[in-house]
Amino acid sequence: MNLTAKDKDTVRTFWAKISTNAEDIGTDALSRLLVVYPQTKTYFSHWKDLSPGSAPVKKHGATVMAGVADAVAKIDDLRAGLLSLSELHAFTLRVDPANFKVLSHNILVVLATSFPNDFTPEVHVAMDKFLSAVALALSEKYR
Amino acid sequence: MVAWSDQERSIITSIFSNLDYNDVGPKALIRCLIVYPWTQRYFASFGNLYNADAIKTNPNIQAHGTKVLHGLDRAVKNMDDIKTTYAELSVLHSEKLHVDPDNFKLLADCLTIVIAAKMGSGFTPEIQATFQKFLAVVVSALGKQYH
Repeated sequence: MNLTAKDKDTVRTFWAKISTNAEDIGTDALSRLLVVYPQTKTYFSHWKDLSPGSAPVKKHGATVMAGVADAVAKIDDLRAGLLSLSELHAFTLRVDPANFKVLSHNILVVLATSFPNDFTPEVHVAMDKFLSAVALALSEKYR
Repeated sequence: MVAWSDQERSIITSIFSNLDYNDVGPKALIRCLIVYPWTQRYFASFGNLYNADAIKTNPNIQAHGTKVLHGLDRAVKNMDDIKTTYAELSVLHSEKLHVDPDNFKLLADCLTIVIAAKMGSGFTPEIQATFQKFLAVVVSALGKQYH
């Protein structure tokens, strides 16, 4: 399931519209992840406060969305572009790749709540494909 | 049997009582057919599904989306035994409609997105968790009679 030229255009256009809200989107998506999928809290046992919108959640949400922004910029070659991030996730963080899918779902939910009129089915499919491609690129170095 | 807290019950009944089934049902089904195009395989007899606009204006899809949501309503009204309530529906989807049960999750995810868009910030993480729990129970019940 490759990203077509149309998919990439749709993603870039939509991202341009929403990128100023990237930090809030990241905070909200991560907050939801921790509440709706409590097993994900196991990766953050070193944080003092795991509640929605807490300081560590905000900081990390921003970090994650900076990664997504980077992926949008490198959308023509995600494998090469996200290589060092893949190494980080594979060797240091060792996040089970199943969680990429779950975080992507929560990002899509936040996009729906925040941009109900812009997050049309056509934008939804392009973003879903894009986030799946990002997840695949992040899993590259795992084994 | 699934355990529901009073808060979870009230969240689910509240969400559904504020829904226009004629609006949300079709929106969810349309989104599913566009975002996961392989699901169109089950609707070959419905006419023109060749592109997003055709799907969005297809009257058979409109009617079916509404039907699906009325089916969900039965689960809302029988939250304490969704498994038994859906036994016949599960047999129908397996024996007659031959729907791969993985598709139930895809439609459930699209319904979640439609509800999220409708409720905006009102779709809090806690409400999302309850709604997804409800849909997971529905999806499981629909798959129960497959063999």
